[in-house]
Amino acid sequence: MTSSDSGKAGTVDTLSGGPRRRARRRGGAAPLPLLVPALIGLAFLVLPLVALLIRAPWHSMPDLLTSTEVWQALRLSLVCATAATAVSLVIGVPLAWLLARVEFPGRGLVRALVTLPLVLPPVVGGVALLMALGRNGVVGKWLDSWFGVTLPFTTTGVVIAEAFVAMPFLVISVEGTLRAADPRYEEAATTLGASRFTAFRRVTLPLIAPGIAAGAVLAWARALGEFGATITFAGNFPGRTQTMPLAVYLALQNDPEAAIALSLVLLAVSIAVLAGLRDRWMTAS
Amino acid sequence: MTDIEKPSRYDVDAPSADGLDARLVVQRGSFRLDVALTAAPGDVVALLGPNGAGKTTALRALAGLVPLTDGHLRLDGAELDRTPPESRPVGVVFQDYLLFPHLTALDNVAFGPRCHGAGKAAARAQAAVWLERMGLAAHASAKPRRLSGGQAQRVALARALATHPRLLLLDEPLAALDARTRLDVRAQLRHHLADFEAVAVLVTHDPLDAMVLADHLVVIEEGRVVQRGTPTDIARHPRTDYIAHLVGLNLYRGEAEGHTVHVDGGSTVTTSEDLTGPVFVAFPPSAVTLHRDRPTGSSARNFWRCEVSGLETHGDQIRVALGGELPLAADLTTVAAAELDLHAGAEVWATVKATQTHAYPA
Repeated sequence: MTSSDSGKAGTVDTLSGGPRRRARRRGGAAPLPLLVPALIGLAFLVLPLVALLIRAPWHSMPDLLTSTEVWQALRLSLVCATAATAVSLVIGVPLAWLLARVEFPGRGLVRALVTLPLVLPPVVGGVALLMALGRNGVVGKWLDSWFGVTLPFTTTGVVIAEAFVAMPFLVISVEGTLRAADPRYEEAATTLGASRFTAFRRVTLPLIAPGIAAGAVLAWARALGEFGATITFAGNFPGRTQTMPLAVYLALQNDPEAAIALSLVLLAVSIAVLAGLRDRWMTAS
Repeated sequence: MTDIEKPSRYDVDAPSADGLDARLVVQRGSFRLDVALTAAPGDVVALLGPNGAGKTTALRALAGLVPLTDGHLRLDGAELDRTPPESRPVGVVFQDYLLFPHLTALDNVAFGPRCHGAGKAAARAQAAVWLERMGLAAHASAKPRRLSGGQAQRVALARALATHPRLLLLDEPLAALDARTRLDVRAQLRHHLADFEAVAVLVTHDPLDAMVLADHLVVIEEGRVVQRGTPTDIARHPRTDYIAHLVGLNLYRGEAEGHTVHVDGGSTVTTSEDLTGPVFVAFPPSAVTLHRDRPTGSSARNFWRCEVSGLETHGDQIRVALGGELPLAADLTTVAAAELDLHAGAEVWATVKATQTHAYPA
């Protein structure tokens, strides 16, 4: 009885599962016109990184990485990227909330403006920042004459340039998470006596924390690698504004081995970031 | 925490102002909700109606989550129409409970007291008392996803009650539960609502929930109140097809002349009541008998020529939908249905005894 039952079930299974399985096998044997470019694409992305590892001056690595310049640049990079991420969090999360939760005229335009730095060449961002915050800039002029604050070519300038480029990543990520989160939790909180801000702080913020964390890591990685806007707005002064990417570029001119060593450090950091996010993006689909 | 309720509790000048007095008008595109609600403290009012009737909108308007287009909202004599939701002495149990997933059951319940100014320890102590009362002390440290449907429902109720609301709103409180749990939870909820000293308003599309839990029913269709009364009254004297269908009655509207009612559509129904003027006449599907041929020796005073338009199994009975002279529903045993050789399109005669019909003024 049981065996005939299971036999019947097996037959049904094969019948319904058969065509699907065949389809999957056909999907596995990719046609050559797709397979060849796909493999070239893969090699294109992986080969440079492999070359970096092959050419790495492993024996002189300890010396290179313990030099003062490298440590200075690495420390500055980490501090500035972290500060830029902090700035992005403080002003970017509320901005994401505004875009996701408040209906206002021109919201689409505001979202487009927020996204613009994502596609803007970073050098253009740097020039734009100079026009706004430079000593003769639209706002910078007043900062200089009223408070004596000068932003370009300072460490603060590095943070500003990095935040300008990296914040949109955070805003887009957090806004997406907010849209996916159920706004009725905020309503439930208000019926319990919470103000809208309390509801945001005690209910929404913990609920979207994973999205904020992912956005922050993304923004941090982007800030760490920032080159164009930083060199344009903050210059290239060792110890003050020379971050790792700038140091790599400079080292490449007179000490290629050092450039490779520095690049490997940045590669290691990138891989660490990716490993940290793998649950979120690599297992997707 | 008590600061919030003081004004509403003590600023009442007349006892008649106690409780809920509302007319909720909400215009949304072409949909207009216009519902008047009054209730005394201790009352449990059920808003009953089909999906899309505006029940939930009415509930959200009471909570302040939807602004009133017009009308008024007074609770214990205090005007609430312009009060934001966080300042209303209103507690809500949402349809899928909306327990905060990142907080334990205890902290979910403590959330309200915290927002009303209680310290962390005091709020937790109060929450523990509420969970104890709901029989959930053992689950205080559980996160919502580890709770069963019935437990989550009680935590949601405790959370809403922990702010000492003067108006408790429940949106489809049993809809998210499976049939087995529903029975228990319905009985418990009835018990808790009976203990609640202020006004409770619940929204449901389930007539059984409404009749078991509420003292007063307000039936809403297309944004308007079509009938209100006690559960017994509404079950016995339905005034719309929707309610008649809910309580399982055949319902017709017509003009009475003595024992004869001329039903809209041309047929007549003979009743035991002696009435004149516009009336409703109702009889249960179980009162209908079906025959293959025109009945001759039957004592029944009512017979109509009908055509079977549908058959449906209802437990061990068969519900037959009939068209023809008088559209009606009839309940038959499976054996009777087989003997009559019923199928869609079959012609039958339906009879109903006058004593089994019930007429009442429209």
